[in-house]
Amino acid sequence: MNQQVKFYQTGTRTVGNRLLAPEQRAIQADIERTNSLNCGHRACQGCGEALGARYAIDAAMRAANNQLIAANATGCLEVFSTPYPETSWQVPWIHSLFGNAAAVATGIAAAMRVKGKPDVRVVAQGGDGGTTDIGFGCLSGMFERNDDVLYICYDNEAYMNTGVQRSSATPGGARTATTMPLGEHPGNPFGQGKSVPLIAMAHEIPYVATATVADLRDLEAKVTKAIGIRGAKYMQVLVPCPLGWGAASQDTIKLARLAKECGLFPVFEAEFGEITGVSKIRSKVPVEEYLRPQRRYAHLFGKTPRAEDIARIQAKADRNIKKFGLLDQGEA
Amino acid sequence: MLKQTEGSHAVAEAVALCRPEVICAYPISPQTHIVEGLGEMVKAGEIKDCEFINVESEFAAMSVAIGSSAAGARTYTATASQGLLFMVEAVYNAAGLGLPIVMTVANRALGAPINIWNDHSDSMSQRDCGWIQLFAETNQEAVDLHIQGFKLAEELSMPVMVCMDGFILTHAYERVDMPTQEQVDAFLPKFEPRQVLDPAEPLSIGAMVGPEAYTEVRYLAHAKQMQALELIPQLGREFQEAFGRDSGGLIRSYRMDDAEVAVIALGSVLGTIKDTIDEMREQGVKIGVVGICSFRPFPLAEVREALARVRSYVVVEKSLAVGLGGVVASNVRMALAGRLHMRGHTVIAGLGGRAITKVSLHRAFAGVVSGELERVHFLDLDTNAVNAVLEHEKTVRRSGPIAENVLRTMRLVGAKIL
Amino acid sequence: MNKPFAITLDPGSSLANHTGSWRTLKPVYGDRLPPCNQACPAGENTQGWLYHAESGDYEAAWRVLTQDNPMPAVMGRVCYHPCEGACNRGELDSAVGINSVERFLGDEAIKRGWAFEGQAAASGKTVLVVGAGPSGLSAAYHLAMLGHAVTIKEAGPLPGGMMRFGIPMYRLPREVLDAEVARIAALGVKIEYNAKVANIKEAMTQGGFDAAFLAVGAHIAKRAKIPAGDAARILDAVSVLRSMEGEEKPLLGRKVVVYGGGNTAIDVARTAKRLGATESIIVYRRNREKMPAHDFEVEEALQEGVMIKWLSTITQADGGSITVEKMELDAKGFPQPTGQFETMEADSVVLALGQDVDLSLLDGVPGLEIADGVVKVGANMMTGASGIFAGGDMVPSERTVTVAVGHGKKAARHIDAWLRGSVYEPAAKHEPAPFGRLNTWYYSDAPKTMRPMLDTVRRQSTFDEVQGGLDESTALFEARRCLSCGNCFECDNCYGVCPDNAVVKLGPGQRYRFDYDYCKGCGVCAAECPCGAITMVPEAI
Repeated sequence: MNQQVKFYQTGTRTVGNRLLAPEQRAIQADIERTNSLNCGHRACQGCGEALGARYAIDAAMRAANNQLIAANATGCLEVFSTPYPETSWQVPWIHSLFGNAAAVATGIAAAMRVKGKPDVRVVAQGGDGGTTDIGFGCLSGMFERNDDVLYICYDNEAYMNTGVQRSSATPGGARTATTMPLGEHPGNPFGQGKSVPLIAMAHEIPYVATATVADLRDLEAKVTKAIGIRGAKYMQVLVPCPLGWGAASQDTIKLARLAKECGLFPVFEAEFGEITGVSKIRSKVPVEEYLRPQRRYAHLFGKTPRAEDIARIQAKADRNIKKFGLLDQGEA
Repeated sequence: MLKQTEGSHAVAEAVALCRPEVICAYPISPQTHIVEGLGEMVKAGEIKDCEFINVESEFAAMSVAIGSSAAGARTYTATASQGLLFMVEAVYNAAGLGLPIVMTVANRALGAPINIWNDHSDSMSQRDCGWIQLFAETNQEAVDLHIQGFKLAEELSMPVMVCMDGFILTHAYERVDMPTQEQVDAFLPKFEPRQVLDPAEPLSIGAMVGPEAYTEVRYLAHAKQMQALELIPQLGREFQEAFGRDSGGLIRSYRMDDAEVAVIALGSVLGTIKDTIDEMREQGVKIGVVGICSFRPFPLAEVREALARVRSYVVVEKSLAVGLGGVVASNVRMALAGRLHMRGHTVIAGLGGRAITKVSLHRAFAGVVSGELERVHFLDLDTNAVNAVLEHEKTVRRSGPIAENVLRTMRLVGAKIL
Repeated sequence: MNKPFAITLDPGSSLANHTGSWRTLKPVYGDRLPPCNQACPAGENTQGWLYHAESGDYEAAWRVLTQDNPMPAVMGRVCYHPCEGACNRGELDSAVGINSVERFLGDEAIKRGWAFEGQAAASGKTVLVVGAGPSGLSAAYHLAMLGHAVTIKEAGPLPGGMMRFGIPMYRLPREVLDAEVARIAALGVKIEYNAKVANIKEAMTQGGFDAAFLAVGAHIAKRAKIPAGDAARILDAVSVLRSMEGEEKPLLGRKVVVYGGGNTAIDVARTAKRLGATESIIVYRRNREKMPAHDFEVEEALQEGVMIKWLSTITQADGGSITVEKMELDAKGFPQPTGQFETMEADSVVLALGQDVDLSLLDGVPGLEIADGVVKVGANMMTGASGIFAGGDMVPSERTVTVAVGHGKKAARHIDAWLRGSVYEPAAKHEPAPFGRLNTWYYSDAPKTMRPMLDTVRRQSTFDEVQGGLDESTALFEARRCLSCGNCFECDNCYGVCPDNAVVKLGPGQRYRFDYDYCKGCGVCAAECPCGAITMVPEAI
């Protein structure tokens, strides 16, 4: 065997690895990482959004050489990070409204341009409600103008801050406070879905990517890439919510991993409207494995299991697998 | 430099002289000419170092303004009517965050019924949003108030709304004395923000504030407007020194020295009112005018002082507090609290762009002098038309849409007259 | 900057909010006993030395390894590696090739001339070790490292015991054995050859030894009563293998039958093949599942052309032929005769039916308890006679080199304590680290590297070593397949995945600590720790 010894026990799956050179480790492995979202925030135990936000903003800080400004939509992230008199943010940060983070970021980017500070990079962030619903108009405007902003949507598939109500990112069948598991069609109706990443791609903006908190390296690489690109960038990061999903707090990363591995959350990137990369499924699992640990789907597995609904969700995953080519050839 | 120009264009030039760094534009009549003018100047390179952003809504316009202002850029936008309402959430937010944005509101009525013509309903709907609201009487004053507005906003770190009557001012070609860049530069210092989004000194703007401090935050907003009560006249004086013109201030009295009756109003209608009063004075009526330039903060003490010697007064206003009467009138009444001997009238006039004529004003003011005018009077109201509609509604359950009924009724009435 | 009140906040202010008070469960780091360490009869800290090998620091790895076992080059060849059988990675793809890495380290040490370091100051005590086999050499090494003067009395002419006289050279080249023995001798261990101890008491008294460790190997072949004609050539496996070390190679003929089913039977059959037998047939009374020989050895033998006659016993041996009876297994798995016979050609029959230890040196020693041909020892490896310890083939146990080496180490520690008038208390064992505690998602897919095998033709005709070693890159690869079960290997996962920044990274080699001021007890760190080094425990309220 004359292969180069590149195998590092955990490769790049773990956050760091003592055997890798520091520059090959995740940004989160850095003993001096920014901790952009610092200790003392009031997110629930096991909050995926708190984790995703630190992952993303730390990576953005590294990529921007610490020259970063963030605009935040109203939502969990905002509420748990900045209740007077304490803020957890270590970066310049502004919260204005629920539906305007993209526009506020546009304004900041304009100010940086006019002030001759092109090195300062601008990030807007919000939950799925603030992005796919109420903030959608501003988001689309930001895309269309190709404003120099990276918008990151932390997608936990419902309005969690207000007590778990349905958003346009809530998947079919899921229980929320406004789509209770009652009646003939329990849970969220199976609509047509709304993929903001695909909508973003339709704007042909320079960069669109999805990621999950289960694959840190991938997330960091995408944020890093996005920060390096001028113009409008969009990322949607799946961040499981233990409270809203009815999941154990320690399962946050596991569920994000299963969402990707079952095909329900395709992880990909696209440039100027064309898909340029797909994270393949490493070991395919049926959607049931992902759904079962979540109480928001408990009614599908009750005394009379709703096999039809499960099949429908599986069909969605299968469509994703086919559409995005999530499996390596011959693995289907 | 004197020039004959359109009000909107004069304002655009004035804003340009203030060296704005970010301008957010979204079209809505009758404001559109202002941002069109600015857009042209930015494109032509006449305004240096300025980002002109065509946004997708007024909500976005104010939101972009919030971002750029928080990032330390001198920021301007303009809107009117529905546009102002569409951005309301952000309007309140800009004030709450203390961002010194300057916005022109080209005053226009609110729908429904949709109406593009002038009145003050839009600005008045935002009287409690926390912005300073200055009303221009003329295009010259509109120009001057923008220059003063930036200075005022940035000194206090509060947003300023410069209100000018849609069409009546925005589209009127008048003589305007346009200041030079040197003059404006000397008057208006560089923007030094009180708080700024800066990677060199990170901070979090827009915290969630609970019951423990919310009252204090609101009180501070109020206290700042109280400071503005002193700063506005001071800036007016400074402006006069620099530009040689009396412009702005809190209120401006006209022929009030020996007046027994006072007319209170704001905006361009003051011109017609002054002409009417001049004629009444010639007939020996001791009547004067108090023009309110600063509606927010409301100059309670100054109004009270200006009306100290009158026995009756009338507020002529282009806004209606439905179910109450006048918006401005209730503020004036507060200024006069305790003066039980004074008789006050409210004249609701010019709604939706209806012309306010001297004839009608004469009739109304005569009623004020005689005391025979109703306490809340709708100037030139077609009572036949409204009565007909009200009667119709009494008899028919499915009476149909109100606005259309009024129109139909008025045409019928008109036909009968003919 | 005179910032607006309440709405605008200074960074880092949330540190005032100690969210640790929310916690009902708290994560704690722990070290666990990995299955490889647990399974190793020699008590090697396998994971510990693999850790250093992973980073390419082979000398450090070798030094950790040799704290327990002084002969990795030997062990890397002859150990049946129960560590690999226990290895958690076996449930994932295939077990880590621990044995091959061990051999690489052992060979590397020989090549680089690494010597033992850190020998304790002389204690003034002397210990007699009887037998220079694996157990005796191991004990001598450990005792010497602990500062005692050791003399080994070896009955044979060369060191190694059964490693030399029982294991064919195609499995263990003699220069490897010699190199590792020499390194032990370099510690000052005196080895006397051809010095059979006839009476242990006398030997101790004569030599003035303070203690003795008896490590006599099982050199005496067990015989079976096979009716045999005069012309029949019947040998025993021990003598055949021993004579391989001499000048005169044994004459086995062209058709050789080996009788037995253990590893020794395989060794002999393969040796016969190499000596030129056209047919080398193992006759075994049970079937392959029941055969005690290790599967891979059977496999290698079959590859080399050795044949095995299953379910057969030899009932009669004559010149040039034998008679075998077909057997069948009863319900309990015991072979029962069937009465069906057949005749096979056989120039010689080699009996490989097990070995016994010559215990005559213990004659007359009071207090000893001997049963089933072995000496009973206590938990401290001491026989009933004070100061006389025993290990290896002499005591009731599995008879492998690895077990013997383990006995040597264990006995040495107890002898040391005994000499110092104290009692050796082994450190408490950590909790085990079962596969179920691992989060295997994080480990890279990496099937085991196969060690190169010698060409079959050459294996049939020469005594060259059959199994090759790994080169450096493959050894490194193999070392890095270690999952580090139960023990933190500083992958930074806990540090990274904590939503509350409540894990503090302490720097290389220092691992991490929890910041309980902020840890909310969500358990993500424990769930995502690849090696299961974090446990959630209920918070005391």
